[in-house]
Amino acid sequence: MTLKSLALAASVAALATGAFADGHANKVKVGMITTLSGGGAGLGIDVRDGFLLAVKQAGNDNLEVVIEDDQRDPAVAVQTADKFIQSEKVDVMTGIIFSNLAMAVIPAALAQGKFYLSPNAGPSQLAGRGCNPNYFNVAWQNDNLHEAAGAYANTAGYSNSFILAPNYPAGQDALTGYKRQYEGALAGELFTQLGQTDYASEIAQIRASGADSVFFFLPGGMGISFLKQYADSGLDIPVVGPAFSFDQGILQAVGEAALGVVNTSQWNKDIDNPTNAAFVESFQAEYGRLPSLYASQGFDTANLLLSAMDKASVTDPDAFRAALKEADFDSTRGDFQFGNNHHPIQDIYVREVVQEGDVFTNKIIGVALEDHQDAYASECKM
Amino acid sequence: MSLILFAEQVLNGLQYGVMLFLMAAGLTLVFGVMGLINLAHGSLFMVGAFAAAAVAGATGSFALALIAALAAAAAAGALVELLVIRRLYDRDHLDQVLATFALILIFSEGTRWIFGSFPLYLNIPSALSGPIALPGGIQYPLYRLTLIGIGLAVAVGLWALIAKTRLGIQIQAGEADREMIAALGVDISKLYTIVFALGAALAGLAGALVGAIQSVQVGMGEPVLIVAFVVIVIGGIGSIKGALVGAILVGLTDTLGGVLLPELFKLFLDNSAASSVGSALASMLIYILMAAVLIWKPTGLFGARA
Repeated sequence: MTLKSLALAASVAALATGAFADGHANKVKVGMITTLSGGGAGLGIDVRDGFLLAVKQAGNDNLEVVIEDDQRDPAVAVQTADKFIQSEKVDVMTGIIFSNLAMAVIPAALAQGKFYLSPNAGPSQLAGRGCNPNYFNVAWQNDNLHEAAGAYANTAGYSNSFILAPNYPAGQDALTGYKRQYEGALAGELFTQLGQTDYASEIAQIRASGADSVFFFLPGGMGISFLKQYADSGLDIPVVGPAFSFDQGILQAVGEAALGVVNTSQWNKDIDNPTNAAFVESFQAEYGRLPSLYASQGFDTANLLLSAMDKASVTDPDAFRAALKEADFDSTRGDFQFGNNHHPIQDIYVREVVQEGDVFTNKIIGVALEDHQDAYASECKM
Repeated sequence: MSLILFAEQVLNGLQYGVMLFLMAAGLTLVFGVMGLINLAHGSLFMVGAFAAAAVAGATGSFALALIAALAAAAAAGALVELLVIRRLYDRDHLDQVLATFALILIFSEGTRWIFGSFPLYLNIPSALSGPIALPGGIQYPLYRLTLIGIGLAVAVGLWALIAKTRLGIQIQAGEADREMIAALGVDISKLYTIVFALGAALAGLAGALVGAIQSVQVGMGEPVLIVAFVVIVIGGIGSIKGALVGAILVGLTDTLGGVLLPELFKLFLDNSAASSVGSALASMLIYILMAAVLIWKPTGLFGARA
């Protein structure tokens, strides 16, 4: 009897060691290149913090993360990617915020057999013909939120929109995305300068145009400037935009000027599911601020990776890819699945900026697009 | 385009111009008097905006915020002059560019370290918010009108300071011949510190005033800095009058170009293409203006030296 249980114990121990060895083989090293300094640092910091929160909560010792700042500079991003691949020997890369940096880094990393999980940038080139089996986007395709804004404009009964965005690829995509869904007429269409801080001239044109609604995509400081000046101009034409200009990180800076503005997002802190509630609470406890859209994307990206690690080893790329494709994790967004081009098929919500105490934040007031897939998926041969 | 819209755009151009003047005046003083290229001038603009936002947040008073912006920028300017700039007067411009570029990075990351990565909140005082009706049916934001007034008042004050006071005469003399005024017993290093702090205070004032209608964030000074350099090249290096005329010229060109060019292209292109081509060309307009001025007058409109 004693002998028998000893043997049992020994075999259990052997099994456990075996399992441990297995676990070791399943080690994954993640290289995160994201924007942590300069303009746009708030976005990268939120992605990083969301990602690390999920890693910490999982307590998975097999996951190692190395993080470096790309300074929003494509050259720096490319150099860091080389270093991560050559000397750090990472298996998976993630973190890039801006599409121009994504296009500089991702195709090369994929060509070297790495997996890339995008927590933000979703350029159309990587969603359509340039789709890749090892590339997964956990956020959205760049056009998605703009398309949702166009769809919302229809349901809100707008028929004469004035639309504006900066004159660079993402700005042009934004207006294209809006027009793809919007059915009404255009009171005006304007391209502003990238980094422009004064919108007096544009606002005067909006006033003169007779528009019944305004759609704008002006990320970061540009949006703050526009909204403050818009509010001060006394114009009361309703404003619609993608979440990027109304996210948690910048709402306090816009202040009262943003109250009541309608914007579109695939995530908000009041999406009702246990994962999201726990995420919002733990993020606030950990970092002392409300999470943003970007934080939720970082958090989901880490959880997707962890879910794949539970099922397959990264040393077996086919199995690992299949495990990623399943997207078997609890997303903060609720339902989440990948389309054929490894971009999300998801609901996109309509949010309104509200004030809770002395904090400006968003609340969901409707769904703009249900189970929405991007417009480029059909071009992807995958 | 209606006459009202045009008049409104002229006011917008004027307002942009006088704010540029506040930036360019300090830049041209420092360049003219000390022969120093200061790339970190935009950082002083940012310091002013952040100081204003912090003080307005703590006290709720816009007037106090403006005073804080002036004081903080002037102090930062004086400190930078004493610690860094002082060693650069005799070096060539490349060394100055390199050192002041390093200052930009130090200021940016230092500001982020103190205030965090997210933009700050600075509001227009309620007494100045909202539009007012001008003759001719123009609705124009009161705050912007106030900015035009403040900018022009500062221009007059600066002119009086340079032309009528002892300090101003020393500054002018320093511009003409720095060895000579040193030999005449003027404490040239103190003079340089004062000029630098004065330029910094003007940039800080611009930062605070503009911060209320824009975003107060790290790196906000750099786009303005580039345009301010264009202004002093057009106006002529070292000339306050040149800075004012150049700034208003650039402000009007940029604003009116941005409106009129897309309209022009709409005559023979479809809407989307016209607005894309028009605004691309509009963003080059001030540089084209600069090139044209330099061909016609290589030293700038009011400049004495190239």
